[in-house]
Amino acid sequence: MYGKGLRPLSIATVAALAVSLSLVFFYAPLDADQGFIQKIFYLHVPLAITALVGFVVGGTFAIAHLRSGNRKWDAYSYVSIHMSVIFGVAVLITGSIWAKASWGHWWVWDEPTLVSFLIVFLMYATYYPFRYAIEDPERQARYASVFAITAGAFVPLNFIAVRMAQSLVHPRVFATANGGLPGSMMLTFLCSLAAIALLWMTLVKFELTAKSASGQVKRLRRALDAPAPGGASRIAPEVS
Amino acid sequence: MTPSRAAFAAILGKDLRSELRTLQSLPAMALFSITTFVIFRFGLDRTSLSGSLAAGVLWATLLFAAVLGINRLFVAEREEGGFDAIRLAPIDRSVLFAAKAAALLVYLLALELIAVPIFALFFLDSVAGLAPLALILLLADLGLAATGTLISSMAVNSRARDLLVPLVLLPLVVPLMIAATGATDPLLAVGGPGYHRFGTWLMVLGLYDLIFGLVGYAVFDFLLED
Repeated sequence: MYGKGLRPLSIATVAALAVSLSLVFFYAPLDADQGFIQKIFYLHVPLAITALVGFVVGGTFAIAHLRSGNRKWDAYSYVSIHMSVIFGVAVLITGSIWAKASWGHWWVWDEPTLVSFLIVFLMYATYYPFRYAIEDPERQARYASVFAITAGAFVPLNFIAVRMAQSLVHPRVFATANGGLPGSMMLTFLCSLAAIALLWMTLVKFELTAKSASGQVKRLRRALDAPAPGGASRIAPEVS
Repeated sequence: MTPSRAAFAAILGKDLRSELRTLQSLPAMALFSITTFVIFRFGLDRTSLSGSLAAGVLWATLLFAAVLGINRLFVAEREEGGFDAIRLAPIDRSVLFAAKAAALLVYLLALELIAVPIFALFFLDSVAGLAPLALILLLADLGLAATGTLISSMAVNSRARDLLVPLVLLPLVVPLMIAATGATDPLLAVGGPGYHRFGTWLMVLGLYDLIFGLVGYAVFDFLLED
């Protein structure tokens, strides 16, 4: 049932990625100041926005889980956070490449946006050891939801705190009233953002489908009284 | 007295009394912080500290000493069946959160009553910055008590209790540490205390306390269901 709509969603994602990449390379003008390296902006910023929104979405699913007691929402929350952590790795890597090219260092400590993203990333990296240290699956789901809500509240707070200790090295292109971007760049950026967000949704859906399929296989095996090969897996919440 | 308030007083009183009789956490926390000061003295090879270095040494030490106490906060409840008793009692579960956070706050204040004067004695040239520092300590302790209680109550029911508290708590209190060290830095500067952005940092601390106090209060119920 999770597989429903997966194919059109995947096709839409591939099409959106193709369109946005061709816009990035053939349509968007070269940045006068930074040149070609600025094009990583179209990958880096959408990834970062998607990852952060994904963390908050994971927290929202966790609230739904605690309110309804339905384990399905815990699986949604887990997969959202999982995918956002993976996107987070990509954000840190693309950000480092950009920083090296335009600031001359792989890592810049007095830059609030970098540091706050790193802290958020580290916070969510502890989600896994935390989750799998709790054995009872029902309690595991509940505690993981509490973690996801706490960490979701932590994301905006952390950005405030780090920004107070601020410098202004990181370009803040949207800070000015009209957005400091020319129209062609803005269009390309919005396309990339939509493509990356679609990619995130598709991957989340894929993982949920895979989990639900393996859960079904497990239940069928149990019904047939055939033990699963390799024993039970602790990796991840089960989806019915 | 309402039932909730009576329960709050009973749990807090129980915790403080058992700590006074067994002395399980506080002496260890105090001793740990003093030893850490000595380690910093040789690690940094400095006999007097000021400014950001002083703020960093003080807050890192207090934070790690707090982790020791936070680790042990719910051990008695877990091992002696206190959780079951609370679940049986006809009281709001959030009361346990409030009482435990209050107990942790008392531990932290007691720790700082010992550790901060010793820090001043070891490293500071002037004690003029200590009075306003008390305000920062109080606000940071409130936030640390809220997050510490929340994380401790989750970690105590897991397999990796002692591991999870530092692992999860440290990234969570980074904003608190940024604000606390940011406010402490000018207070301990050479040439008398300064108040650069003091109010702003206090506001960040207050916001942190408010948010995590509310989050803890709201979600704590779900940690006791079984």
